[in-house]
Amino acid sequence: MTTPTAPDSMYRNDEGLGIWEHRGKVAAVGVGHAPTSRRWDGRPETCVGAITIDALRKAIADAGVAPDQIDGLVVVPVTTTGAFWEQGKPLPMDVIQSFNQTDDPLDGIAKLSAEWLLANMPELTNVQFTMYGPGCMSNALNVTAQAVGDGLTHTCLVVKSWHNFEGRYYQGGANAGNALPGTPAITQLWGGPASYSTALQFAEYCRKYGKTHEMMAPFMENSRRNGLRFPEGYWAQHRPEELIPEDYLASRWIAKPANLFDNDIPIMMSGAYLFSTAERAQDMQQKPVYILNHASSNTRPRSLLPTLDEVEADTARTGRKIYEGAGITADDLSFENMYDGFSLFHQFHLEGLGYRGIKFGEALDFYQTDISIEGPNPVSPSGGNVGSGRSRVWMHTDCIQQLQGRAGARQVTGVKPEVGVSGGPMPLGGNYTVWSASPD
Amino acid sequence: MTKQGVEPDSFSQPFWDAANEERLVIQNCVACDRLQHPPSDTCRECDDGGELEWKQVSGRGTIYNYGVVHDCPVRLLQEDQPFNLAVIMLDEDPGIQMYSHLPGVPVDEVPVGSPVEVIFEPSDNGQLVPEWRVIDG
Repeated sequence: MTTPTAPDSMYRNDEGLGIWEHRGKVAAVGVGHAPTSRRWDGRPETCVGAITIDALRKAIADAGVAPDQIDGLVVVPVTTTGAFWEQGKPLPMDVIQSFNQTDDPLDGIAKLSAEWLLANMPELTNVQFTMYGPGCMSNALNVTAQAVGDGLTHTCLVVKSWHNFEGRYYQGGANAGNALPGTPAITQLWGGPASYSTALQFAEYCRKYGKTHEMMAPFMENSRRNGLRFPEGYWAQHRPEELIPEDYLASRWIAKPANLFDNDIPIMMSGAYLFSTAERAQDMQQKPVYILNHASSNTRPRSLLPTLDEVEADTARTGRKIYEGAGITADDLSFENMYDGFSLFHQFHLEGLGYRGIKFGEALDFYQTDISIEGPNPVSPSGGNVGSGRSRVWMHTDCIQQLQGRAGARQVTGVKPEVGVSGGPMPLGGNYTVWSASPD
Repeated sequence: MTKQGVEPDSFSQPFWDAANEERLVIQNCVACDRLQHPPSDTCRECDDGGELEWKQVSGRGTIYNYGVVHDCPVRLLQEDQPFNLAVIMLDEDPGIQMYSHLPGVPVDEVPVGSPVEVIFEPSDNGQLVPEWRVIDG
């Protein structure tokens, strides 16, 4: 079996497509997370392949299905947080030999193929459909929802995992050398860190609307508070520390106006879900959460970095696509779980959605109001990457758990959890899912 | 601050050759007469697979935006932290952006909106690299 990357036809990139043809006919049921860690410790049982198997098995058990009922598997094949296996570094043969191998010795260690997973999960005897959703879980969820809706699979696992090795973020490889090849040099000689582009969009936003970085503090505090109530998350598991405004604002700059906490902490993690048809989901162990729509943006900036104008145009377009395909309006959202890694772009997503009626330039003022899970306007109840570390998964897990009524200490109480939205990553270019407690 | 050296490849050779002659060239689509940067194999606007040329531009622009880099992933630049990293809009087409460290501008005192002109600075292996300096009022 050779696993293809999802074709463009599986994504809903355009406006005017109408209601999604599978609205309410696909459901998420099971959730599985492996324990997090800051970095890989080199043991076979903690490599990215092993934690992925752990997460998948937990999702299967959570849904209460027999493994042989599963006929689909969607995987995000890239697992790096920015850490790569250095060229020439000896391969960890003890780890490699602990698993059934594919042709690539780093499969299961620094990347992940569907073939590796199937070779090491012998209980998955009936998987007929495999596909890659590149990038992050948001993408893979769109692929999974469409595949189940199209009948390519009826009971499908979807998984995203991250590996993190020793060393500083993105500081190896070409960045450590004395010279660059000519083509990447045209844009990469100036040394902007990963959050630089977002920092500039935020700087322009603050200049245009008269806002300040200090106004981010309530959002950051709220996100960490929610994350500490996420038992699957990194901060809750390893460093249960609140993030008070004074500490947030005193942290060192990475690319001013983005500071350390505005950059999500890279971790080892794996998150998995079990999707099925709405009909089959009725017989599973957890309450089904129905997919009302998935939408994508494949917009690219005109030049090096997205301008604020480009960001606002595209987030507004994304909002329209999200609502159109789901047949809902902003008023129907019980909560939002849009992406936050980097924290300084969460407000772009919020404003594009028009969440609680906010318009461009108003989100930071909104952050100064009650955005807690107890209030009427919950913002990022998952806590996102700010609250639980870099995964791009927490937002989706939270949507499912909130709508199932099993978000525990994180459960929203100021609103009735009926419809949620999650997705990302970047304001330009991303994938989004609308979740509902009801198929209607 | 000295940037990493550049090893031109066949695609980028015209850009870097022009830089060594202290000329700034930007890729242009012949069919739709539209500049694009960063350069690409095809025109991102008309995408018809037509001819792309390297077009010399005036080397004048405006500071559009900036940040201050305190934690740079590029080893050679780390000793110069913190440093300005600005985005320049070209006069010929404000939609075209280029990066600049803005030599001579104090850290975090970047005059957004000010006019700039291109200069060329040697990188670690001597290849000249386009940079930008503020035009005094």
